[in-house]
Amino acid sequence: MSTDNPQSKMIVTDRGEAFVFSDEERRAIEQAMHHYEDARAATIDALKIVQKSRRWVSDAAIAAIGRILGIAAAEVDGVATFYNRIYRQPVGRHVILVCDSIGCHLLGYEQVYARMQELLGIKPGQTTADDRFTLLPVVCLGACDRAPVLLIDEDTHYKVTPEGVEAILEQYL
Amino acid sequence: MATIHIDGKSYEVDGADNLLQACLSLGLDVPYFCWHPALGSVGACRQCAVKQYSDENDQRGRLVMSCMTPAADKTYISIEDAEAKAFRQSVIEWLMTNHPHDCPVCAEGGHCHLQDMTVMSGHSLRRYRFNKRTHNNQYLGPFIRHEMNRCIACYRCVRYYRDYAGGTDLGVFGAHDNVYFGRASEGVLESEFSGNLSEVCPTGVFTDRTHGEHYTRKWDMQFAPSICQGCAVGCNISPGERYGEIRRIENRYNGSINHYFLCDRGRFGYGFVNRSDRPRAPSWLQGGQRSPLSLDAALDLVGGWVRSRQRIAGLGSARASLESNFSLRTLVGAERFFQGLSRDELNLHRQAIDSLRLEGVQLPSLADMEACDAVFVLGEDLTQTAPRVALALRQSVKNEALKQAAARKVPAWNAEPLKNIAQHALSPLHLTMVQATRLDDVAASVYCATPEAQARLGFAVAHAIDAQAPAVSDLSAEESAWAARIAADLMAAARPLVISGVSLACAALVDASEQIICALLRQGRQPALAQVLPEVNSAGLSMLDAAAVEALEQLCLAGEIDTLVVLEADLYRMLPEARVAAMLAKIQHLVVLDHQMTATAERADVLLSAASFAEADGTVVSMEGRAQRYFQVYDSSYYRPQDCLRESWRWLHAIDQVSQGRQVQWTHLDQVTAEIAASCTALSAIVEAAPDARYRIAGLKVAREPRRYSGRTAMRANISVHEPRQPVDHDSALTFSMEGYVGPQESSALIPFAWSPGWNSPQAWNKFKDENGSLRQGDPGVRLFSAGRRADYKPVPPVVPAAGLRTVPLYEIFGSDELSLRSPVIADRAGAACVTLPADSGHAEGSMLEISVDGQLLSLPVRLSTSLAKDCIGLPAGRVKVAAGRHVDLGKGR
Amino acid sequence: MSSLINAGLQVRRETHPLTWRYNAHGGAVLDLATYESLDGFQALRKSLDLAPQDLQATVKNANLRGRGGAGFPTGVKWSLIPMGADSGRKYLICNADEMEPGTFKDRMLMEELPFQLVEAMVVTAYAIGAQVGYIFLRGEYLLAAERLNAAIAQARAANYLGERILGSDFSFQLYVHEGAGRYICGEETALINCLEGRRANPRTKPPFPQQAGAWGRPTIVNNVETLVNVPGIILHGADWFRSLSQGRSSDAGSKLYGVSGRAQRTGLWELPIGTTARELLETHAGGMQEGLSLQAWLPGGASTDFLLPEHLDLAMDYDTIAKAGSRMGTGLIMVVDDQQDMLKVLSNLMMFMARESCGWCTPCRDGLPWVRKVVDALLAGEGQAGDIEWLRGMTRNLGPGKTFCAHAPGAMEPLQSALKFFPKRFEQGITPV
Ligand SMILES: Cc1cc2nc3c(=O)[nH]c(=O)nc-3n(C[C@H](O)[C@H](O)[C@H](O)COP(=O)(O)O)c2cc1C
Ligand code: SF4
Ligand code: FES
Repeated sequence: MSTDNPQSKMIVTDRGEAFVFSDEERRAIEQAMHHYEDARAATIDALKIVQKSRRWVSDAAIAAIGRILGIAAAEVDGVATFYNRIYRQPVGRHVILVCDSIGCHLLGYEQVYARMQELLGIKPGQTTADDRFTLLPVVCLGACDRAPVLLIDEDTHYKVTPEGVEAILEQYL
Repeated sequence: MATIHIDGKSYEVDGADNLLQACLSLGLDVPYFCWHPALGSVGACRQCAVKQYSDENDQRGRLVMSCMTPAADKTYISIEDAEAKAFRQSVIEWLMTNHPHDCPVCAEGGHCHLQDMTVMSGHSLRRYRFNKRTHNNQYLGPFIRHEMNRCIACYRCVRYYRDYAGGTDLGVFGAHDNVYFGRASEGVLESEFSGNLSEVCPTGVFTDRTHGEHYTRKWDMQFAPSICQGCAVGCNISPGERYGEIRRIENRYNGSINHYFLCDRGRFGYGFVNRSDRPRAPSWLQGGQRSPLSLDAALDLVGGWVRSRQRIAGLGSARASLESNFSLRTLVGAERFFQGLSRDELNLHRQAIDSLRLEGVQLPSLADMEACDAVFVLGEDLTQTAPRVALALRQSVKNEALKQAAARKVPAWNAEPLKNIAQHALSPLHLTMVQATRLDDVAASVYCATPEAQARLGFAVAHAIDAQAPAVSDLSAEESAWAARIAADLMAAARPLVISGVSLACAALVDASEQIICALLRQGRQPALAQVLPEVNSAGLSMLDAAAVEALEQLCLAGEIDTLVVLEADLYRMLPEARVAAMLAKIQHLVVLDHQMTATAERADVLLSAASFAEADGTVVSMEGRAQRYFQVYDSSYYRPQDCLRESWRWLHAIDQVSQGRQVQWTHLDQVTAEIAASCTALSAIVEAAPDARYRIAGLKVAREPRRYSGRTAMRANISVHEPRQPVDHDSALTFSMEGYVGPQESSALIPFAWSPGWNSPQAWNKFKDENGSLRQGDPGVRLFSAGRRADYKPVPPVVPAAGLRTVPLYEIFGSDELSLRSPVIADRAGAACVTLPADSGHAEGSMLEISVDGQLLSLPVRLSTSLAKDCIGLPAGRVKVAAGRHVDLGKGR
Repeated sequence: MSSLINAGLQVRRETHPLTWRYNAHGGAVLDLATYESLDGFQALRKSLDLAPQDLQATVKNANLRGRGGAGFPTGVKWSLIPMGADSGRKYLICNADEMEPGTFKDRMLMEELPFQLVEAMVVTAYAIGAQVGYIFLRGEYLLAAERLNAAIAQARAANYLGERILGSDFSFQLYVHEGAGRYICGEETALINCLEGRRANPRTKPPFPQQAGAWGRPTIVNNVETLVNVPGIILHGADWFRSLSQGRSSDAGSKLYGVSGRAQRTGLWELPIGTTARELLETHAGGMQEGLSLQAWLPGGASTDFLLPEHLDLAMDYDTIAKAGSRMGTGLIMVVDDQQDMLKVLSNLMMFMARESCGWCTPCRDGLPWVRKVVDALLAGEGQAGDIEWLRGMTRNLGPGKTFCAHAPGAMEPLQSALKFFPKRFEQGITPV
């Protein structure tokens, strides 16, 4: 299924692959289920838990999440593909989220973005051949006073300049 | 009631509706997409905008979505307001930005709601100058074709498929202008009601694949009001024909029965009509060679065989019309008139129908079932045996949601809040069956056990309702609690409903249903009761009192029969092969009337080419005792002059007359129907099932073909360049032509297809309905069953000790039914016949199992079921002929 | 690196109910003891001695208006929730989905003062009778999630949360729910769908969440900043809160204002509500960066109308900004300098809006991408005659009431104001035939 990330144009199928939750994943999902009146509410938690340990969410994982929550795979996937930050295609070891909203626009994120693409040799939505980086746009990261802003994995980088991009990327192997 | 003011005029409406529905009921045109009369309102498409004013003095007003606005008293609106019109035009323009311009090759074209609404809204100029987004399509199985680029994102498909039909494998994916409706991954749609997507979708995303294989525009097909032949529910259908082939089946609205929806067997199972191996002319089997006979020669030959009337017998059929069965009975005499049921089965049928005659019991239509607030189904897997009933029960469980929503002043049409408020709360539906069913997901309890144990639970429910009813001993604590809960739910309900039937061939189950009804009646309740019967005319045939097949077998074996006339029936589906062979060996002449080349037909000395439902008129009686008439769709000899198809009643009557050297007397259907009514009091009302052949609207008969029917002069040019006169229909008030009346005024029983000016899609039914959901002139059909019997308690059936495995017939929506299985797409969905064993039986899934039962050796692949009751072995109903309740010991797995 | 907060301000408990603890402590307050030492949980203690209805009345009298953008009176909202023994399970949801471009106030409140939000939620839950609460946090706010979860754990250990709070009959469970990214999740009914594990399409209103919200039960949704005001109001009273605007506005309280864009010192300041945009920009943010001048500004997020330099002297409150033809929104202004191409700015906004449409209703789903494409065509000098009129028409057709929720109408605000203030720039985009 397509999501709006250009990344999704790439078709990867993994049908038939067996999916087994790790104990940790299962425990985390079951714990999240307790937070809500209805297990379905843990869908996003479950997707994020799986994504955290496996980088992305495969078709088999979607089906497995459906089973644990007692809802249809089509419903899980409907949720997964609705949201920006659930990856239904493989991503690189590091995901670079570049804020492309107005605050960063005013401070020139486009040059940062362009420099990034030039250094990585990929377009937004793509993953480098060495599987190191995936580059994606993201909605305003809530730090417009320190724009332009990037989120790489769990680190936020503020006031990024085109010249500074290279040094930032070097931190991620 | 409420008074609403629309464009300066005042109207009285039922204030419970939303404005959109109210306007449509008043005959006013307001375009819409996301609203559907059966699905309610969600306000997504924004197509139904009208201007609303706060009072009569308000000049400015504001746009509102009519589907989301109550038709409350003193509402002032304008449909014609310029801003509202311009906005509605814009909505179409937006929807069209990504819609492909493929109307000429689109299977929806010509009956497309999007086309209709585009014309209605007046959008005609494309201004969008950018690229369209495109999607990939999915393979969704043999029934439904997928073309996502045509999607206008009205969300109706998922709302129908999931919220209405309970399907789980269709979803919506993505967001913003990239929303995708399909399956999570390609594959066959699982719902037994997937075909309705083709009518629910307002454009060509989900279309009828079977139709697509031999596509014809709606306006180029000839239609007739017809009745689905797939089961005993009696759904109304509208088959469409072109070039002497049925091209598709569409739903025909009947507010009391199927209203907007059919099951997939009914919609897609028509392929048997188009089979190339159908007997199309009479034939004679001599020395192993079958050679054609002329009509006269066939009549003379068979007439000669039956002349003496001494040693003849007739086998009637629950898949043939009352008229045909009656004609057979007239020919062979009531004592020599049989049907394809064993004595036990016959008794069970009679018992089931008799239970519907209890004093005080309500006989529910499907619409009534939808309104029931507690349901107990005993021993029927409804999705397999009466699919449309299962869909109705899915709606019945939502009565709890309606109740909760009403308490918060949320109207019934406001679909999304209705779901939110109720969450998982459902009105109680209790099921018993030998294994899990496709309704379990909405059931409050599911009891899987042998048929006898289910019946005992039913008796326990009766006892829990009324202590005067005999108590059931030896129930487990769990079973007792179950019975108490079911009893409590039925007692607490305003409209309790009990359903059982004959599919498990267990008389105790029908007794149990009657016992519960009896108990509820004695407690002052007004319970409803339905009994599921297998065939389209099971009820009708039973009213003609045909005897059991064993009696016929005995007569044959005793050498009492020279000529056996078999009407639209296959002996091999009724008796084991060896017994049929023994029987046939003893008779001189086998005469078979059928439209299918069955195993019996292949052995017929004379095979008379009967018309199928598509080439015939007739009356059938549904399981609720509703007599309904179906009408001939087309005349096959118009395209194939060499065809000699005749309704079975015509054949049989002609044989009867010819054998007596008399002229044919019944020249049209009304005469036969009148004759039946005159000779069987119970059937006397059938003449009212539909208007007779003299019916006219403004002096016109009703046209079977839409006004735009094209190519008539060319379609026969390969036979002759001279266009013959259109065939004349003496039997009904319909014409085989576009000449005649077309529109919403015709009698409800005579609407061949849904069309109203500006409304070419099935949404046109809105124009035929009244506010209460009935067709304007009343829903067609007459109810025949009348109450006559007082209910009395029966003794509790004893526990049946297990001795080996007990055979239970397992019905399947695709596979058990004789005719639909002869359609390639249904055969595709049905797959191979299997024997079902409990998962712990020690046999492997798919392994071949040989069993010997009823003197037959069966070899079938094993299907394992985790839910199948212990002590049971499931055999594929309709595919093997094994009596229920036989005990078998398993042979070795191979 | 944290935001510049309250730089150059005299911050006091009596006048800065939102942020005084941050200044008093000289940074983030991340442990319970510190929070307690700074009047922490005093409001809760006081609340538990009062009747819930009294708390509701106090908040109503305080004239606290929702800080999520719409300015709906909080006390009125609360009063619509059914109270009484038979009102069943109820929910309190904190809207911490902050995704409105240009907005970074809730992030600061949660990262620096997590306990304050926790206390605010317990007090509010008590006032409305909610048993369970969720902080609906956007997934990218990782630090906030960590700090809130830590604060919740500490508060629970000290029985400020959980069963029978502080020995009272009142129990309340609080969870952080992290989203997966979609601007529309900020819309309160879409948020509820998202919380329930569904696609975040907004819901039909009525019924409003107060009647049938999460899982069909009565639910209150409030913004982080709105809630964080509550403890102060309870401790110091409605009159005190109303006095905080110091006569600058008929609105009450203080407000977290902010400035982003090419100004000298971008950041956040807690100021009396009704402070002028000029004071914000010139006094607190130190004016525009060297060599730049102000071309236009957005008063409170991407879905508010542009205003011009001539509007800088308006009081930043709900009614004054509305009168000028815009909305205060979140109150964090974005300044567009004179070197920016207004069409380019607009193109960025429309890209955002089209991408973040949920896809439920037609005008927004199919109309916004078209708007975006026309704006881009104009930007590329490939506009056609009629494009400007067409855009004007779209601002009406996608306006309030025409779409299912307020997303598309919000998207039309910058467009309609740009058309109003910068018609020339649009005309330049049209290729002469
Ligand atoms: C498209 C859209 C996005 C919104 N995003 C947010 C948001 O991120 N945070 C927020 O608090 N309110 C947001 N709102 C407003 C909420 O719907 C709601 O009004 C608010 O949470 C109510 O809280 P308040 O009364 O405390 O302001 C948004 C509204 C819309 C229409
Ligand atoms: S305006 Fe419509 S499509 Fe847009 S976000 Fe709201 S509901 Fe979704
Ligand atoms: S029919 Fe009313 S909004 Fe779709």
